[in-house]
Amino acid sequence: MLKLEKRPQPSKLFSWLTPLIAVIATMIAGGLLFWALGKPPVEAIRTIFWDPLFHEQFAAYSRPQLLVKAGPLILIAIGLSLGFRAGIWNIGAEGQYIMGAITGAAVGLAFYPSDAWYVFPLMVVAGAFGGWLWAMIPAFLKVRFGTNEILVSLMLVYVAEKLLAAMALGPLRNPDGRGFPGSRNFNDFPAAHNGELIAGTGMHWGVLTAFIAVIAAYVLLNRHMLGFSIRLTGEAPRAARFSGVNPKTLILFCLGMSGLTAGLAGLFEVSGPAGQVSIDFNSNYGFTAIIVAFLGRLHPVGILLAGLLMALTYIGGELAQLMLGLPAAAIQVFQGMLLFFLLAIDLLSNYRIRFVKREAA
Amino acid sequence: MNLTKRKLLTGAATALGLAAAGLGAPALAQDKIKVGFVYVGPKNDGGWSQHHHEAAVEMANHYGDKVELIEQESVPEGADAERALTQMALSGASIIFTTSFGYMDPTLNVAKKFPNVKFEHAAGYKTAPNMGVYSARFYEGRAIQGYLAGKMTKSNTIGYIASYPIPEVIRGINSAYIHAKKVNPEVKFKIIWAYTWFDPAKEADAAKALIEQGCDVILQHTDSTAPQAAAQKAGNVYTFGQAADMAEFAPMPRISSIIDVWAPYYVARVGAVLDGSWESDNTWDGIGAGMVGIGEISSAVPADVKAEAEKMRDDIASGAYHPFTGPLKKQDGSDWLADGEVADDGTLAGMTFYVEGIEGDIPQ
Amino acid sequence: MDFSAINPAILLASLIVAATPILIAATGELVVERAGVLNLGVEGMMIVGAICGFAVTIETGSPALGFLAAALGGALLSLLFAFLTQFALANQVASGLALTLFGMGLSALMGQNYVGPKPAPTPELHIPLLSDIPFLGRVVFSHDLMVYLGLALVAAVWATLKFTRLGLILRAVGENHDAAHALGYKVVRVRVAAIMFGGACAGLGGAYISLVRVQQWVDGITAGQGWIALALVVFASWKPGRVLLGAWLFGGVDVLQLNLQAAGLAIPPQYLSMSPYLITIVVLVIMSADRSRAPGALGRIFHASG
Repeated sequence: MLKLEKRPQPSKLFSWLTPLIAVIATMIAGGLLFWALGKPPVEAIRTIFWDPLFHEQFAAYSRPQLLVKAGPLILIAIGLSLGFRAGIWNIGAEGQYIMGAITGAAVGLAFYPSDAWYVFPLMVVAGAFGGWLWAMIPAFLKVRFGTNEILVSLMLVYVAEKLLAAMALGPLRNPDGRGFPGSRNFNDFPAAHNGELIAGTGMHWGVLTAFIAVIAAYVLLNRHMLGFSIRLTGEAPRAARFSGVNPKTLILFCLGMSGLTAGLAGLFEVSGPAGQVSIDFNSNYGFTAIIVAFLGRLHPVGILLAGLLMALTYIGGELAQLMLGLPAAAIQVFQGMLLFFLLAIDLLSNYRIRFVKREAA
Repeated sequence: MNLTKRKLLTGAATALGLAAAGLGAPALAQDKIKVGFVYVGPKNDGGWSQHHHEAAVEMANHYGDKVELIEQESVPEGADAERALTQMALSGASIIFTTSFGYMDPTLNVAKKFPNVKFEHAAGYKTAPNMGVYSARFYEGRAIQGYLAGKMTKSNTIGYIASYPIPEVIRGINSAYIHAKKVNPEVKFKIIWAYTWFDPAKEADAAKALIEQGCDVILQHTDSTAPQAAAQKAGNVYTFGQAADMAEFAPMPRISSIIDVWAPYYVARVGAVLDGSWESDNTWDGIGAGMVGIGEISSAVPADVKAEAEKMRDDIASGAYHPFTGPLKKQDGSDWLADGEVADDGTLAGMTFYVEGIEGDIPQ
Repeated sequence: MDFSAINPAILLASLIVAATPILIAATGELVVERAGVLNLGVEGMMIVGAICGFAVTIETGSPALGFLAAALGGALLSLLFAFLTQFALANQVASGLALTLFGMGLSALMGQNYVGPKPAPTPELHIPLLSDIPFLGRVVFSHDLMVYLGLALVAAVWATLKFTRLGLILRAVGENHDAAHALGYKVVRVRVAAIMFGGACAGLGGAYISLVRVQQWVDGITAGQGWIALALVVFASWKPGRVLLGAWLFGGVDVLQLNLQAAGLAIPPQYLSMSPYLITIVVLVIMSADRSRAPGALGRIFHASG
């Protein structure tokens, strides 16, 4: 029979090989799905994985869009990965993302129509603060009462969603918007607008921040005492305690950081690509980022690649809808399959499979 | 895939940021064009998006092989919408219809980048030289519903399932109330804000709550048939189809309906692109132009009431009667329209107040 | 404002109906979590159940077969999750989220040809005599069969967990899988069974929405009820009796706010609909203070080494 044996060290070979295997497996399974729907399988797969990068008509536009789509995913996932490594589970990034957007946008709109240089920096601070504060609720409750942070942070997502609707229809509603829901558009408010830094590259402050976060997380985890404490707590909690790591500090730091990055991502998104606070501007970035964090194996570079891969399937999926008439639902199923394969095959990098003879019981 | 030279040109031009220089073909008559549609929900959502999709297909069939239809469904409003529109424009679409209010700013942004592509945005108010808007005067249909509701109710309590507190919805409530009150001074409206355009479970609950509190006529500004099903179960309750005819619930509980009729407009606008006569427009059409359809008034309605309602429909269509004709006061008692005065489109488009007699406040 | 228009008996009756889908789904998830597994894919399993039940009812004309198919569909989908988390040892949070994504897409594909038709009605039971009792008759004794099945399910789960050996094993596995393994219990087998039970329940809850409450199929018909079911399990602090209470609270808030609006009370609905989640957090805090807490091994990966 088959038996799993834990590797003493994760296999270097397999940690590079498994994502490839998963992508190929998804291509095969997805091709079958598209074929069953009466669409050309090879063309569909090529449209999803190849066209956003190299298609003559679209690539010049969709390559920068990859960054726009991947930016918030990477930024949030980096923040989450710190906590996940230490066994601190913030799954409420969606809520922190929304709160960052609301507080940041509110500060910006309060200055309307100022053209002062400090408006956007203030919004960034407010956005980060809003996300941080929302994450400090589960952090505080965990430190003070030992309350489960998975559940509190999840509950706070729903609260944030309701608050968003109330804000878009109430206090933040555009007074010149003829009574429609949604705030003023930051495109028409230059001092608060998070536009492209270099035209045509898709690079805005949020994408730049995501890249900085990747580097910072890498340095933190590999070169810094705090990073060592995080890793130790995740791998051997008891040993960590003996070596003097204060678990409470760690909880406050990790949850705070993940809230802060999620809040930043929300602010950058609302003031840039999304343009305005509207009832449902949050397109599940906070939840998708959790998947990105795991696909990237909680490693900063892995997260960077996973975020880009995820963005690729979104944009390629849109192109496949446009050019081949694939239903949006088929793309969703396809993404689901990709995640399943990646999660399932990941096993090979931490375990080896051995054949053993069944022992007599 | 076969790429025509023209498509390549537009693609390359945009890539270089030169699109504004107008390298693409000028608005001349063309042989075969791509027509794009973007929907906020799935194509088969049974409501708003499905109607636009069906009208798009009808338009495409009308033109046969002169038109290639490209569609994208379930596009979230915001950043994703802007990308979907840009990709459509890049793929060589000549005209793109964006069928949800939330696409207004994204449509405007993309329209600026592609001056040679035409854009048509539903239900908004911003326009550009290459971006028109279109919307329907649903309040005209509401007037007829209000009249029927006022005549048919026995409990004098009429329920109204509203979606979001925006002018479009408030206008409908006012129009219905004015005409119900006119034929039945005792009438009262109970209004529920569901905060959704389409959520069958919630709409069913809202309908049940209204029925339980004594409403025997229910008007809805949400798109599912759930309220119809709830009314059917309850028995003696009258309803109206919304967006679609919902004829499967006739003759009871559904006694009439407001139908979204987009296809003729799509045919006309795409035709204008084909013959090169397209210009930016601001269309707000009603029963007269055929954008708002009134579904068959069912046999549950007495013949004289039905005749009167049909006369009102024809008067509105011919322009002989405007549903907002004075004397009318606002809810706070202040004067709005003098005797015989007719509301102007600007006030109607931004309507954020109730007329006199409606109880309760519009939520903020 | 006219509160006399609100009839408490009818209000309670519609509250019980509104609570049924989340009650059934949450009871299933409760069993899963008591076995130490956190499956965030409830929404996905519910909606797949909703379309399976709907399609089969349309094709066969029998709601009973429909509900059976819904349970089967939910259980099958949950097997994917079981494989990922129990055999491939993947992270449960990520796997659950992926399951929801997958289920939403799958249901939309399956439902493409089922938009429009109305399913055969699920019969309502008007229990003779009992349903004529004033007040109680309307509130308790005049619903469809699934409402009573939902209540029976809660009772059965409660009794099983508390009084049977099966319940004991399940709890042992959920509290400390290493100890349970050392005692010779088949941890993985117990957990796979629990996950499938949870999937079946979620499927049933979903089908209740498409077959009874709304009686039609549309994309995204569950509209977040699966997430509410998850919250409910926490609110109930993993105790079946409190799931019942919580389902009425969560299901009731919406029914109540619609009724209050109809009666003319102007409350911003968003703030009211936040309240169950805030209450859940308060409950969590109180619970963690008095030490009755989540199953010990919740969300942790089990691998029998050696």
